[in-house]
Amino acid sequence: MNESTPATAAPLARLIDELYKLPGIGPKSAQRLAYYLLRMPVAEAQSLASAIVEVKERITFCAVCQNVTEVDPCRICTDSERDRTIICVVEEPLDIMAIERTHSYRGLHHVLHGAISPIDGIGPEDLKIAELLHRLRSGEVQEIILATNPNLEGEATAMYLTRLIRPLGVRITRLARGLPVGGDLEYADDVTLARALEGRQEMQG
Amino acid sequence: MPAPRMYKTEAVVLRQRRFGEADRFLTIYTPALGKLDVKARGVRKTTSRMSGHLQPLTRCVLQLAQGHVSDVVAGCETLESFQPLREDLERLSRALYTAELIDRFVPERTHSFPTYRLLVDTLRRLSDAEDQDQVLRYFEMRLIDQCGFRPELEVCSGCGSRLEPEDNHFAPLSGGAVCRSCVGGLAGARPLSLNALKVLRLLQRQSYNDVARVRMDGALAHEVERHLRSFIVSVLERDVNATSFIERLRREGARHAVEV
Repeated sequence: MNESTPATAAPLARLIDELYKLPGIGPKSAQRLAYYLLRMPVAEAQSLASAIVEVKERITFCAVCQNVTEVDPCRICTDSERDRTIICVVEEPLDIMAIERTHSYRGLHHVLHGAISPIDGIGPEDLKIAELLHRLRSGEVQEIILATNPNLEGEATAMYLTRLIRPLGVRITRLARGLPVGGDLEYADDVTLARALEGRQEMQG
Repeated sequence: MPAPRMYKTEAVVLRQRRFGEADRFLTIYTPALGKLDVKARGVRKTTSRMSGHLQPLTRCVLQLAQGHVSDVVAGCETLESFQPLREDLERLSRALYTAELIDRFVPERTHSFPTYRLLVDTLRRLSDAEDQDQVLRYFEMRLIDQCGFRPELEVCSGCGSRLEPEDNHFAPLSGGAVCRSCVGGLAGARPLSLNALKVLRLLQRQSYNDVARVRMDGALAHEVERHLRSFIVSVLERDVNATSFIERLRREGARHAVEV
């Protein structure tokens, strides 16, 4: 795509083209961003450029948990403070960040890099499942928390993993499903509400 | 009369894909409007009031607002969530296969009440039928029929003569069964046993209740499945993605059974 007129200088046109490739960026946004970058102080622009280059050069995937990392194995996998008997399985690296933000999980992680979606042709072979099974065979792990998304693909993935892992004799748990904080009961769908009823807890105090 | 800005429709959600920060595009199938792509805003947030109602394989009532490019979901409520499908991988994989077939076969914005009915009935049957593969075979035959690709099973697709009660051949590219003398040199033709021909005819002519009463042995069921699948692939001119997952589960199930 090149919407720029001949009046647009070639380097600027190239920048617009590159920005347009990013997800969620349309032609107008690409132009706006390019002109913003043009007006940016040189130091800031260089900092952005080097950040992009650095991320591509230094970030790899952890050979153990498959998370994005600059040291392999990653800091979580090598942290001696963490509980090595429990692994939390998530779909994407961003999910690890969300779980770490809670400060209430001290075990290890495993990133699948996707979820099973048969319609889109994404099968178990496209996920990091073999790597997970390899970790489980060491015998150190006692519990697997399936923290895939509570949607159809995430549930399918959780069911599939359960089927594979159960014969290994590891305890398998799934994140609880129920009402979100700040939600209204009357808008809850039946599945969520049924799960929330099943998982009800005694009031303390 | 211009179309109203807001309208209501029943629909089954076929598939979804992420879009933007927290939105999704949904492919839905409706009785009166056919297949549509609609946008659901904010449904990837945990506080979304709609996301639970918009999962694939849910039958729901949708309130839609006309948008510039695609219509936007303004409200929704579940009518049927087909819960058993979500709790069993075998049922789920087959239900996703039906959703994919509908998505690939039906054109956008073309109403078809019988096909909608067929989809809903099939999802219900998959939720509780013992033999889910038989449900799929009936669904496949009905769907290709309703979409105008009825395979020829009475006379030879090559010479037009009535098929003899003997082993014949099935040639998807010729549009159905072919007799022994016409099969020479036909690409993709496979042997069609007399029993398989009878089952295919039964699927084509009889109601589901009649079909459900028939018990097939493994080899015959496999043959019927292979013929229908090759016919579907030749009509669509592509593979159906969800079949590889069904096959995988089957393989792994068989391996597991051997180990036990």
